[in-house]
Amino acid sequence: MVPTTLKHLTLVAALIAVGNAHAQKATVIHWWTSGGESAAVKELADAYAKAGGTWVDEAVAGADNARAAAINRIAGGNPPTAAQFNTSKQYHDVISAGQLNDIDAVAAKEGWDKWLPKPIVDSIKVNGHYYAVPVNIHNPAWFWYSKSALQKAGVAGEPKTMDEFFAALDKLKAAGLVPLAFGGQSWQEWITFYSMLLDVGGKDAYLKFFKDHDAASVNAEPMRKTLTALKKLHGYVDAGSPGRNWNDATAMVISGKAGFQIMGDWAKGEFGAAKQTAGKEYGCFAGFGPTAPYMVAGDVFVFPKTSDKTAIEAQHKLATVFTSPTTQVAFNNKKGSIPVRTDVDTSKMDICAQAGLQAMKDPARQIANPDMLMTPDMVGAVQDVITKFWNGNQSVDDAVKALQGAVKG
Amino acid sequence: MRVGAPPAARRRRAVAAQLALLPMAITVIGVYLGTVLWSVRISFSSSKIFPTDDFVGLSQYLRLFNTERWIVSLHNIAVFGTLFIAACLVLGFLLAVFLDQRVRGENVLRTIFLYPYAMSFVATGLIWQWMLNPALGIQSTVRSLGFPGFEFDWIVSQDKVIYTLVIAAVWQASGLVMAVLLAGLRGIDDALWNAARIDGVPRWRYYLSVVLPQLGPAFGTAFVLLAVGVVKVYDVVIAMTQGGPGNASEVPAKFIMDNLFNRANVGLASAASTVMLLTVLALLLPWWYGRAVQSRREAAHA
Repeated sequence: MVPTTLKHLTLVAALIAVGNAHAQKATVIHWWTSGGESAAVKELADAYAKAGGTWVDEAVAGADNARAAAINRIAGGNPPTAAQFNTSKQYHDVISAGQLNDIDAVAAKEGWDKWLPKPIVDSIKVNGHYYAVPVNIHNPAWFWYSKSALQKAGVAGEPKTMDEFFAALDKLKAAGLVPLAFGGQSWQEWITFYSMLLDVGGKDAYLKFFKDHDAASVNAEPMRKTLTALKKLHGYVDAGSPGRNWNDATAMVISGKAGFQIMGDWAKGEFGAAKQTAGKEYGCFAGFGPTAPYMVAGDVFVFPKTSDKTAIEAQHKLATVFTSPTTQVAFNNKKGSIPVRTDVDTSKMDICAQAGLQAMKDPARQIANPDMLMTPDMVGAVQDVITKFWNGNQSVDDAVKALQGAVKG
Repeated sequence: MRVGAPPAARRRRAVAAQLALLPMAITVIGVYLGTVLWSVRISFSSSKIFPTDDFVGLSQYLRLFNTERWIVSLHNIAVFGTLFIAACLVLGFLLAVFLDQRVRGENVLRTIFLYPYAMSFVATGLIWQWMLNPALGIQSTVRSLGFPGFEFDWIVSQDKVIYTLVIAAVWQASGLVMAVLLAGLRGIDDALWNAARIDGVPRWRYYLSVVLPQLGPAFGTAFVLLAVGVVKVYDVVIAMTQGGPGNASEVPAKFIMDNLFNRANVGLASAASTVMLLTVLALLLPWWYGRAVQSRREAAHA
């Protein structure tokens, strides 16, 4: 009898173990596949495992592919536990289709309303419900520069205004260097456009265009000035720029062949891989002056609809773990982004991340990136206009007309 | 089929063959045709990120043809398709004739010519991109050799970028045309050349007036293969230019992919796919019809 009872007991124990593992199993779709990225996502997985869960990693190379995979699985009725999106409107259609679970319970317990930056809340809170957990803040509009290149060209220090920036570009050009390292792909032209609109046109013009989709504002002075400046900027890139990858452009700054690059803070990964340190070989600034707006972008995870109780528990556990201060620091230090909360240990961050976190402490400086304010469809239409304007001989007047058409939708 | 088999046996064999083909037929009708019809249906809906089943008439098509980028894509694919197919057929024919002269090392040469087709454009396109980039590739190399005035910057020029795509695509596909035409050439009776030689016909004239007309079916096959490649051309653009500079090298397949995924615009993408499908049918139906008529005529003569 004893052996049979024992056998039964083991069986029951095994069943409980399986049941538990199942209870905390989380299938997560994400697109972090490069070296630094997978090291970062491992921090998330480890934190979830430490909290008692089982992480089933489903990495899909390429953001578009990963989002398509998540959408297809949702549409096909076999959704993952969580799926990565950008902090944007990309998943708002999924919300209106009623295909996402809200995580209000976690948000209330953790007090998200109190400490999450407003632009992020605006993106993830729809009709009063939280539908996504933010994991990081990327700013796509940083300026990076090579200290050696600037020195060679006789540029005294970091430009403090847009005029000083253009003066520095002139000096770099005179010194025979490439003033602006540039990758001529439409998404990079797009980043350059909205950085310029924020830094030349100003915060109001930026919001009128991206948030209000105000066609009349397009013909106003700030936007016209931005377009003129953008065209002027085109005079500082080299002939080989069209089609160039962003990291090849960063390499030009790293080697000192080029002076500046306008790119997101993921560029730090490239500098780091080349054994360069922020503040030593290269410098960074996120805008001009101490009150410059700081653009907020980044990544979130959404939780596809399910009524399975254990799956919902797993979703809540993921959301709790992702936003805890220790996970935030560990993950973001590897990712190159900054935490979504400011009450964290900054000692291990580089000076660019520290500057970013400092800027985030002032709510007046936070500003949402265009993808949070426009649908992917409209973003695409504006991108098409900008890439044409940047590469062609279109006049500012024609570009204004085309932009008006794009925001009218 | 063996001629002269009794009709009953022939019918039995036909039934068996039809049974064996049934799964394939179901797949074709259910999966391929079904999804095609579904896409057409979606193109009449307002679908954004998820397919919906409302009906908005032709509004996606109206928007499509009011989108400048789509018009540019159509223009580009017309230019690309014409040049690409013409160049591949000419070059492939010349290569096939060259190999048909029983040159030494034919096997090695054939492998070399066919090799580009076996490689993915994701890899070779990147190398083309580097070679054509004025700051890295041919232009800067020739300049550093002492010709500072040398210019070859088509890939960064809005007007000429489409030709660089043609160059790379022809490099890739002409080997395939060569292989198809070489097989056709080998099927032509040597006695014809002997007869022509006795009549004092020069070699080039023989190829032009005797061989070429007989290669019709082989050319037809090559043309269809190339035409299909044109309609779905995507990888070469992604690898070499990403549609740039600006939108100068956009193609329909890229427009469809961008709207299907990146821009969460399933309805518009389906409308674009439907337009492409209709274009292909408009081009292929006359050809199929011609083939059918011809084979019926041949059957009647036989």
